Amino acid sequence: MGDRLLVGTHKGLFRIVRAGEGRWEIERSWFLGDPVSMILALPGSGRIHAALDLGHFGVKMQRSRDDGNNWIEASVPAFPDKPDGLEDRDPFRGLEIPWSTQKIWSLAAGMPGELWCGVIPGGLFRSTDGGDSWTLIRALWDDPRRRQWMGGGFDFAGIHSILVDPRDPAHVTVGVSVGGVWTSDDSGDHWELIGEGLRSAYMPPDQAADPLTQDPHRIVRCPAHPDRLWMQHHNGVFISDDGGRRWRELEDVHPSGFGFAVAVHPTDPDTAWFVPAQKDEQRIPVDGRLVVTRTRNGGERFEILDTGLPQAHAYDLVYRHALDVDDQGERLAFGSTTGSLWISEDQGDAWQTVSHHLPPILCVQFQA
Amino acid sequence: MPTLSFTSNLTRHTPCPDAAFDAATVAQLFDCYFSQWPDVRGYVLDDQGAVRNHVIVMVDGRGLHDRRRLSDALGSESEVFVIQALSGG
Repeated sequence: MGDRLLVGTHKGLFRIVRAGEGRWEIERSWFLGDPVSMILALPGSGRIHAALDLGHFGVKMQRSRDDGNNWIEASVPAFPDKPDGLEDRDPFRGLEIPWSTQKIWSLAAGMPGELWCGVIPGGLFRSTDGGDSWTLIRALWDDPRRRQWMGGGFDFAGIHSILVDPRDPAHVTVGVSVGGVWTSDDSGDHWELIGEGLRSAYMPPDQAADPLTQDPHRIVRCPAHPDRLWMQHHNGVFISDDGGRRWRELEDVHPSGFGFAVAVHPTDPDTAWFVPAQKDEQRIPVDGRLVVTRTRNGGERFEILDTGLPQAHAYDLVYRHALDVDDQGERLAFGSTTGSLWISEDQGDAWQTVSHHLPPILCVQFQA
Repeated sequence: MPTLSFTSNLTRHTPCPDAAFDAATVAQLFDCYFSQWPDVRGYVLDDQGAVRNHVIVMVDGRGLHDRRRLSDALGSESEVFVIQALSGG
């Protein structure tokens, strides 16, 4: 059961603990004043990786081997030298794509010692030594279709979801905003663009079904049923039963199919949670009422969960990495752009406010 | 010899003492400095070796001209300061 929660914010990293009688409180903080764009806590090891996004001085990686008591600065995923004369520009706006890590947007663990890291402007990196060094996955970066990717919320494309198949860690699937869903069966040496059935209404009609134009905001995989994937897409909620090759859109999701975050139950592939928002021009809770939606039957029906959540004048937006479920599938946590943090101990039936005064929350993760 | 100094805000993240090296360009000055304090490099330069977007390098009171290749010439008494650009927040 998740008794501890890491919260990465625009002004530091925090740990929230269950203090007793179901009350959660802030235990400690690290890196106060610095944006923490991504965290990865490896279960049972005391290892925590934290990605810092320093406004002036670039992206940094910090690593702890003793559960946060001590941190050391670790290697940062960095791009190789860009060949002289190479034209690499955003296909629509003409901006020169920097061969330089601008934001660490996803971290995932693979086989022992293996880490994956997705960044803006669209690079995927792999480490086989626990983060001591990183290598750009050239097969994906050099794929000519990568140059058709475009920014989603940022100037340049980024990889925000990395799904390592628990049955075969060489099978890796990534989600790109904006560039669709890509999968590799050989630890990144070869890649296939997948995503039949996705729909991008923001593109001209004849390109709406093109897998390359899709904007998955977040993709998650059910650990116990790895072929079941859930996606919060820019255009709605999608589900896949074949590891992301084909998707089915779930319509009539109320109060909105728009949002960024999704979480799936660790053992029940039909149970998933979303935090909806008014699409997509406004990005605030519908009617100022903050709710979580939950399906328990594979998307046939969605429940609206609002107990304990503000139901008037709430303007909290929940980013794509700011919702998490614990390893038992009972406790959930989510944090918002206005610095509010909520935890549920009953799969979202009721929510407890931990704080309304944290910095804007970028990511949350239960620590097993 | 040309001198190199850093904003005190950078010392919060990594040690970066003032130093002087025999160098004819900013690139040479940085190379000498980073050979002694390699951790500082990533705070000042991006992956391609250009000055980070929100970092300013002042050379004798003027902004560095060649932020990509750092080819600006230095005199024997040049003073180089690395400061943060307020555009970065």
